[in-house]
Amino acid sequence: MSGFFKSSIGRKVAMALSAFFLMFFLLQHFAINLLSVFSADAFNEVSHFMGTNPLIQYALQPVLIFGVVFHFVMGFVLELKNKKAQGVSYARNNGAANSSWMSRNMIWSGVAILAFIILHFIDFWFPEINTKFIEGDWSGMHDGQFRYYHELQEKFVSPVRVGAYVLAFVFLMLHLLHGFTSAFQSMGSTAGRKKVLQNIGKIYSIIIPLGFVIIAIYHHLNHNH
Amino acid sequence: MNLTLKIWRQKDSNAKGQMVDYKVTDISEHMSFLEMMDVLNEQLVNSGEEPVAFDHDCREGICGMCSMYINGEAHGPDRGITTCQLHMRMFKDGDTITIEPFRAAAFPVIKDLVVDRTAFERIQQAGGYISVNTSGNTQDANAIPISKHAADEAMDAATCIGCGACVATCKNASAMLFVGAKVSQYALLPQGQVEAADRVQNMVAQMDLEGFGNCTNTGACEIECPKGISLENIARMNRELMKANL
Repeated sequence: MSGFFKSSIGRKVAMALSAFFLMFFLLQHFAINLLSVFSADAFNEVSHFMGTNPLIQYALQPVLIFGVVFHFVMGFVLELKNKKAQGVSYARNNGAANSSWMSRNMIWSGVAILAFIILHFIDFWFPEINTKFIEGDWSGMHDGQFRYYHELQEKFVSPVRVGAYVLAFVFLMLHLLHGFTSAFQSMGSTAGRKKVLQNIGKIYSIIIPLGFVIIAIYHHLNHNH
Repeated sequence: MNLTLKIWRQKDSNAKGQMVDYKVTDISEHMSFLEMMDVLNEQLVNSGEEPVAFDHDCREGICGMCSMYINGEAHGPDRGITTCQLHMRMFKDGDTITIEPFRAAAFPVIKDLVVDRTAFERIQQAGGYISVNTSGNTQDANAIPISKHAADEAMDAATCIGCGACVATCKNASAMLFVGAKVSQYALLPQGQVEAADRVQNMVAQMDLEGFGNCTNTGACEIECPKGISLENIARMNRELMKANL
C-alpha cells in the first residue's frame, strides 16, 4: 500500500482525499460563521464548544492541521514534478483552447489561499493557541462575557483586511470550481463528469466563498453602526 | 495562399534548437498540412538547404505518426484529427503559423519536429497485452460472451493510436490518457481481467519511470485527442490501480 501512495496515481488520490476533508471542514466552518449573523449568543456557545471540546482540540484539530499542510506540500511537490516533466516550454501555447483557466492555475489560486491562511492564523489561530495553551485560559471569557463574537467583529473593522478577505475568497472559488469535480475524477469516479455533480460543485464553489464574503461585509458594516 | 511559418529547427538531440522563419507561397486551401510541409521542403531542397524533419506515415489519420504543435495546439486548431488530416482551409492567406515539436521531457527531440515516443512502447511492453497460450487449441475469442456495452467501451479505448497528443497538450506532460486507454481496453474484457492487477501496476510504474507528469484533470487531452478518447478511461485506470492495491 505504501508503494501505491508513491505512484503518480496514488498521489492524486491522496490529494483528492485531503481535498474532500478540507471541503467538509470548509462547510462546517461556514455553518458556524453563518450563526454569527443570526445570533451572537449561539455563535459564542458553538465557538466555546469547538474551542474547548477535547475531542476537537486534541484529535480533530491536529488532523485538520495535517490535512492543510499535506494538501499544500503535496500540491507544491506535484507542481514541481509536473514542470520538470514538461521540459522545454512551447513558444506558443493556446491553453484556453482546451481547458479552463481554473484548471491550469490551481497552483496560483492555491498560493493565494495559502497567503490567506497565514493571515488567518495570525489573526485567529495563534492568539487562540496562545490564550489556551500558553496562558492556560480556557474560560473563553473576557470582562465577564464570551470573547468570541467580539473578537470576530474586531477583525472586520479594517477595510483593508476585509478587502484581502474578499480577494482570498475569490481565489478559493476559482480553486473549488476546478477542484470539486477534479477530486472525484482522481478518486476514480466518473460522477464528476455528470451534470448533477457538476452543478452541485458549482453551487458549493460559489455559495460557500460568497457566503463567507457576505458574512465578513455584514460584520464590517454592522460594527461601524 | 501565402504564409509565414515559424518552425523549430534542431540539428540533433544534443543541439540547441531555435525558431526559424520561412515563407511559402501559392499554398492551396485543399492541401493537407503535411502537403504544405512537403512544398516547403521541396523549396528548401531546391535552394540547397536542409529540409525540415517531421514524422509521418499513413497520412490518413490511423498510424499516429504525424505530430507537430501548431499554433499552440497538438495537431493544430481542428478537432478529432491528426496533422495529416488538418487542411490548409483552416488558415487564412497571410497567416503566421507556429510549428513546434511535441514537448515533454519523456519525448526528447530527435531532429526538428521529430520526437522520440518510444516511451509509449515501453509502457505497452510493461503490460499492454494479454497472455495467450498458442499451443494449437487457442479458443475463439468470440466464444466468450461479452456485453455489448463492455465491448463498445473497450473498442472506444482501443481506438487510441498512441500519437502522444495527450502528452503534448497536457500542461503536466502526463501520459494518463494513453495509459488509461490501454489499461481500459483490456480491463473491460474477460480476456484481460485475468492479468488486470499486474497490468495496471506495471504500466503505471513504467509511466512514472519514463518521467511523465501527473494528471490534474484539466481535460485538455480529451479535447485534443484525435480519436476522442474519454477522460473516463483515466478514472477507470485510477480505480483499477486502487483495486489492485487493496
